[in-house]
Amino acid sequence: MSSILDSKTPEGPLADKWQNFKANEKLVNPANKRKFKVIVVGTGLAGASAAATLAELGYQVDAFTFHDSPRRAHSIAAQGGINAAKNYRGDGDSVHRLFYDTIKGGDFRSRESNVHRLAEVSVNIIDQMVAQGVPFAREYGGMLDNRSFGGAQVSRTFYARGQTGQQLLLGAYQQLARQIGQGGVRLFNRSELVDVVVIEGRAAGIVVRDLMTGELSSHSAHAVVLATGGYGNAFFLSTNAMACNVTAAWRAHKRGAFFANPCYTQIHPTCIPQSDDFQSKLTLMSESLRNDGRVWVPKVAGDNREPHLIPEDERDYYLERLYPSFGNLAPRDISSRAAKRAVDAGQGVGPKQNGVYLDFGEAIGRLGRDTVAERYGNLFDMYERITGENPYDVPMRIYPASHYTMGGLWVDYELMTTIPGLYAAGEANFSDHGANRLGASALMQGLSDGYFVLPYTISNYLSEWLNKSVPDTSHPEFAKVENEARDRYNRFASVGGTRSPDWFHRELGKIIWDYCGMERTEAGLEKALGEIPALYEEFKKDLRVTGGTDGLNQTLEKAGRVEDFFELGMLMCRDALDRKESCGGHFRAEYQTEEGEALRDDDNFAHVAAWENTGDPMAPNRHVEDLVYEEVHFQTRSYK
Amino acid sequence: MTNTLKNLTLKVWRQDGPNTSGSFETHTIEEITDEASFLEMIDILNERLIEDGEEAIVFDHDCREGICGTCSLMINGQAHGPERGTATCQLHMRKFSSGDTIVIEPWRASAFPIIRDLMVDRSSFDRIVEAGGYITAATGGAPDANLIPVPKPVSDAAMDAAQCIGCGACVAACPNGAANLFTAAKITHLNLLPQGQAERYSRAEDMVETMDSYFGSCTNHGECEAACPKEISIDVIALMNADYRKAKVQNRKQLSRT
Amino acid sequence: MSQTFQRGPVTGTAVKKRSRRKPFLVDYYSTAVGKKYVMAITGIIGVAFIIGHMVGNLKAYLGVIEHNGEQVYDIDVYGEFLRELLVPILPHGYALWGLRLLLIGAVVLHLHAAWSLTMLNRNARPVKYQGARDYQIANFASRTMRWSGVLVLVFIAWHLADLTWGWLNPGFEYGAIYRNLDASLSRIPVAALYIAANIALGIHLFHGVWSLFQSMGWNNPRFNRWRKGIATGIAAAVVVGNVSFPIMTLAGVISFQPLS
Repeated sequence: MSSILDSKTPEGPLADKWQNFKANEKLVNPANKRKFKVIVVGTGLAGASAAATLAELGYQVDAFTFHDSPRRAHSIAAQGGINAAKNYRGDGDSVHRLFYDTIKGGDFRSRESNVHRLAEVSVNIIDQMVAQGVPFAREYGGMLDNRSFGGAQVSRTFYARGQTGQQLLLGAYQQLARQIGQGGVRLFNRSELVDVVVIEGRAAGIVVRDLMTGELSSHSAHAVVLATGGYGNAFFLSTNAMACNVTAAWRAHKRGAFFANPCYTQIHPTCIPQSDDFQSKLTLMSESLRNDGRVWVPKVAGDNREPHLIPEDERDYYLERLYPSFGNLAPRDISSRAAKRAVDAGQGVGPKQNGVYLDFGEAIGRLGRDTVAERYGNLFDMYERITGENPYDVPMRIYPASHYTMGGLWVDYELMTTIPGLYAAGEANFSDHGANRLGASALMQGLSDGYFVLPYTISNYLSEWLNKSVPDTSHPEFAKVENEARDRYNRFASVGGTRSPDWFHRELGKIIWDYCGMERTEAGLEKALGEIPALYEEFKKDLRVTGGTDGLNQTLEKAGRVEDFFELGMLMCRDALDRKESCGGHFRAEYQTEEGEALRDDDNFAHVAAWENTGDPMAPNRHVEDLVYEEVHFQTRSYK
Repeated sequence: MTNTLKNLTLKVWRQDGPNTSGSFETHTIEEITDEASFLEMIDILNERLIEDGEEAIVFDHDCREGICGTCSLMINGQAHGPERGTATCQLHMRKFSSGDTIVIEPWRASAFPIIRDLMVDRSSFDRIVEAGGYITAATGGAPDANLIPVPKPVSDAAMDAAQCIGCGACVAACPNGAANLFTAAKITHLNLLPQGQAERYSRAEDMVETMDSYFGSCTNHGECEAACPKEISIDVIALMNADYRKAKVQNRKQLSRT
Repeated sequence: MSQTFQRGPVTGTAVKKRSRRKPFLVDYYSTAVGKKYVMAITGIIGVAFIIGHMVGNLKAYLGVIEHNGEQVYDIDVYGEFLRELLVPILPHGYALWGLRLLLIGAVVLHLHAAWSLTMLNRNARPVKYQGARDYQIANFASRTMRWSGVLVLVFIAWHLADLTWGWLNPGFEYGAIYRNLDASLSRIPVAALYIAANIALGIHLFHGVWSLFQSMGWNNPRFNRWRKGIATGIAAAVVVGNVSFPIMTLAGVISFQPLS
């Protein structure tokens, strides 16, 4: 397969590639840095850290967030921790082992060089965050504490109670705040990217909508960084925040950036099941609960007795039965699918029969209520707040939910998309996680991109533009893109149908979840590819947005985001249909082993699928980047 | 397990913009399950409003997990509503009963101007952090993370303060519209840690004075602590006051050296 | 839409444009935290005076003693003692006046700080909540500080006019403390005023004393739980001590008899 995708992987042995890159890249001298302007969209871990670091280096940085404050980004909700190959435990960890675990966890679908670099800089991230005052958990001796996480045999996860994401984001936010305060960064809050402007094949700037006034404005720069998160809200119900959306990445895609592996979505096994039809989001319960909780369903389908009335021998502890060596700690994708099968078989529990039990009865008996409260008290309280049930007395009910998206904008080794000058960082890019992300790796990747990768790689591009003029916002293309955006919003406001954007989003989410969720089939995906465009047509005809296009209008904002999810949904299904194998978060029912495990096809699908927009969302072009493994060898993941 | 609440009367503040006057608008929720969260109830109401051709009620919300700090709302005279240690987004309808009248108002403070309906602008919090709520540590030059041991009790106390989600409930609940709990939580987080010592006093002085330019003063009512979804203790305010006092002396000393 | 927000980029918010430093105390006092600090220090001076005043007045219960061969009321001797304080060093009355000036200064600062903080707080929420507030922790004492303060202030004026200057005291005699006390507090309305004012003072102290620990930044996790107790104790002692005088006067325990 020939490929127009150049990953720009540096020369040399894997372990030296990043060093080689840094030794040979083109630099911008300090006095010249201020001549360059960089736009950073999004202020989560990747965006805030990138904006702060670029400003520290001396670039002019404009940072955009659609929130009221940079600190609201959804990175804040990460609970568990952040991996780093520090080997503070002396338990055999190393950069190579973190690299290997990440590749294996990603089911051999990630780019070796990127992952190795991620493992290398993981060490610097911890140093950096501690220096910035992140209060990581400590031992009594004052040293940093670690915990272990899924998919690893060493303890390398650093954490700050159950709020690691919050503390890391606040750390990055504080660095950004420092730069805003000192004039290095200009912050545009409550400003949503509505389009990317490409002039002469290069990213020239963006068009944003001021959410408070409804005004559209153009911004030009030498380079644009999108750090705008993932697209998990395509499913409507997910653990993502309500406002998370794909718009920035999708607009870039429509302007020419390739979108890679959209079918790789991660479903987290331990979320609180949906309780009613108008539910707005799902809440994650930390994976750590599976250390002591036992997962079970009644053996007989439709058994709706109270859990304590179901005797031991009529319970099916299916994870312990199917995966005796990992038991309740089987990896996320595997546990999720097992839960789905139980529920699909009618063994689901709860009022809507849409969950499985996560039972702490045995743990409370073994450890005592106090110990369990000490370990999980906060989570139990949160569960009770949401469900009104006390998990000390009644088993928790859990069910998988969309959580993270491994797919995203295709980027090369330098994090540049297929549009020169347009970068993607954090969850927004197709990243280093392959087909499945390990726990505690998302925070690592976001900070790695923002603090330690982009600031180096961006100069390689910018140096070419020294003392050359780039188009500013007076270029007619900006006005044209602005007008297109204006027309688009006017269109939403003038459809005058009967349904709210939320209604369409919910219906769309159901289709994507049913056919492109935890388990996909050819027939189901074909069906989805019929239903989504039909619903999209209805959206165009029957949408109702009240209020005007001037001023604050949350309904209008929502309409724009939902429209982009429609087109993305088609691409997700298309990608899932074309990837005729099962790997990581992508499980095609046709491709499984006799035991029902994912069956990879390394001969035909050891590649990245990067999609090019053709103007017709139903007929995108598929490009491939072959994944060449120098260090690791394909293996079948087994957690039996 | 699941109950249905009937006949709730909502009195919701509606206001077109920062400089227009607003008023309460009354809506009736005929039936809702107590499994619904408070914000989901507003979602449902909003969907109904849109279907009736009216404009949806504007309110801030995002993660709905009680951590991003975007949600607000004064519910029946309490910031974040009746449940202690809980942000509005995690408040569920089972805390209410059939027939209740629920008054929903935006947070009110001159530093939090109302943007529209229930949405307020809390940028003044960012200004306080920009004034000094950080440790200057440029990317790349950090020493090994275990170089400076931090005693666990110190680290835990810093974490207690660092949990602040920046929602502004403290200001909303304070009879004086003071932001001392927010500011003190950030100062305490950074000033307790060894890494934060170099800038300890400039931080205290700059942040307190920036806070002063936007907010009211603390008269030690303790309402902020009761409203805080993270239950941050007002002890942090005492620590801030002490550091500010010392800062006034220390910073002069530093200045006289330059 | 009436959106009049200043929109646009935010940057350089912490770039200092600091003018020359003001003198230390003025600089410190110019912030709300500094004003609260002054509130606390002047409050401490006030509390010290109030306790001293109350304890000194307990001498009224010691009745008549022999002093320099004369039968006199003990409290009258105490009054003279205050005027004679540090006498060989300072002239008669100077030390007392020094203390009085300190006290007056403290009251003036306390008032000024209270006034300016009240104004600041008003401006911090120009539009009140339109629905009813449901306070969780804030109590009657904390929310009525400025009213209990004003009551106490008015009372102090009355009290001075009554027992220091004698304008409102029937048959006032300079230095005859016991007599003046009895003459004043035997009047039931006056006794009632004293009782009411001292309860207001107690309420003021109940919040004020607790509050000063916070404002001074006296914060120690080991002792924090005692702070409320100390405040309650001081407030209770002051109220019980001071309220006892009008009650005991009415009950006839404090009753002036002219001495030979």
